Amino acid sequence: MDATRSAIELDRVGKRFAGGTLALAGVSLSVTSGSFVAILGPSGCGKSTLLRMIAGLDTPSEGSIRLAGGQRGGDRGVSFVFQEPTLMPWGTVFENVWLPLRLAGRSRAAARDEVEALIGAVGLAGFADALPRELSGGMKMRVSIARALAPHPGLLLMDEPFAALDEITRNRLNDDLLHWWRERGLTALFVTHSVFEAVYLSERIAVMGPRPGRLVAEVAIDEPYPRTEAFRSSPRYTLLCSAVSKALRDAQQGEAD
Amino acid sequence: MNPRRFPSVRVIVPTLVFVAALLGWEAMVRIAQVPHYILPAPSLVLATLWQNLDSLAQSWWFTLKITFGALLLSAVLGVALAALFAMSRWVELSLFPFAIVLQVTPIVAIAPLILIYVDSTTAALLICAWIVAFFPVLSNTVIGLRSADPNLRDLFTLYRATRWQRLRLLLVPSALPYFIAGLKIAGGLSLIGAVVAEFTAGAAGRETGLASRILEASFRTEVPKMFAALLLVSLTGVAIFLLFNLLARSLLGRWHESEEDPGRRS
Repeated sequence: MDATRSAIELDRVGKRFAGGTLALAGVSLSVTSGSFVAILGPSGCGKSTLLRMIAGLDTPSEGSIRLAGGQRGGDRGVSFVFQEPTLMPWGTVFENVWLPLRLAGRSRAAARDEVEALIGAVGLAGFADALPRELSGGMKMRVSIARALAPHPGLLLMDEPFAALDEITRNRLNDDLLHWWRERGLTALFVTHSVFEAVYLSERIAVMGPRPGRLVAEVAIDEPYPRTEAFRSSPRYTLLCSAVSKALRDAQQGEAD
Repeated sequence: MNPRRFPSVRVIVPTLVFVAALLGWEAMVRIAQVPHYILPAPSLVLATLWQNLDSLAQSWWFTLKITFGALLLSAVLGVALAALFAMSRWVELSLFPFAIVLQVTPIVAIAPLILIYVDSTTAALLICAWIVAFFPVLSNTVIGLRSADPNLRDLFTLYRATRWQRLRLLLVPSALPYFIAGLKIAGGLSLIGAVVAEFTAGAAGRETGLASRILEASFRTEVPKMFAALLLVSLTGVAIFLLFNLLARSLLGRWHESEEDPGRRS
């Protein structure tokens, strides 16, 4: 497989809502297969809309979106992690993680070993029979990620998944997420409004500005993986964060002019 | 004492108050020597119930049949209509007004017409009770089927769920708490419908329910018998209420907020 082949190819993608509001304009972005890219921008800049269109849950009104393999759902397909855990409250942890496989026709017995291994991998061994309401926010998000990993996706789309979590939980989940991403050879596209999170996680940050949502800058974070707590407390990290913050500020000011 | 920390208090206190009220009633009737054709003492009501148990039990059975028949019809037709409404806005748009008209028109006003159009009194009573009871099931289930989490809907789309999978694994569980709430209301209403319809019909049929017995007893000013029949109606209503609370708890207790035990909240 060509290592530099792109997993997502966005070509001048635009979105105009039914009411006439232009949410996105001329977004071109190419995401290399196996890379970790963050989309960073203020609230209301169309980040989520962009992610939904890549997932096929919404259609662009201009431009084109091409995915490697071109398929959604199924093996090496697309998985999505929402801002909320979005679990079925009536289902156990097992049943929630099993869902994508179940929808693909895998019986409980046939999926058991795989689902239980996943539940263990996200650190929830022993919670297979728990209900979502018995779990903490961080644990729910772990279930949500396990569910997204269940169908062996090639591309993992995440829409501010850790925004509602406290900082300690969020940092731990960031570390774990990087681990799962490397281990599974995923392509990850991570939407966030946190500069610190974007810098820590990604190889490349696409900075977006608002009204209409558009790409205003791209910042490469050439820090090798695995990244650890040492990176988070290094002067280099601080430097990168302030550079990205500046790009984000410039994007906002561009709008004010 | 905090009722939350001592759950048995929630049973004991109302029971004590109820028993005290009965004793007070008994005492008042005896002391003031109220004639039994005006207000019978609770002991006399119970004695009357015991004496007429055979014939009252038959009427009770008839009322039960109408009540649960109407409830079953409400559940089946209410859910079927709701599913139809949820599938097509057009169907909802065209049929929902009729459901509302049926709901808001007092049953005592429609019942005489239904008794004219339908030959069998039993069938007519069943229809009347159904009209009273089905609306909560219908409207609640329609809301329930629409209340599924939009993100979960998207997830089902992303993983290419079939129509059937979406219905079974997402829409039905999402609608269940709403359906159960509708059924709880419908349970009480079908009993009311069964009794009111029979009052309107009078003792026309061969089989008679508790309402006819109350009417018949009132014509003969057998007030203790009226109370005895009334007692059976009330007990039936209470039993239906408890039955559906039990059903709700067993179906939703583990996951839905409505059945959450406040003491267990962490």
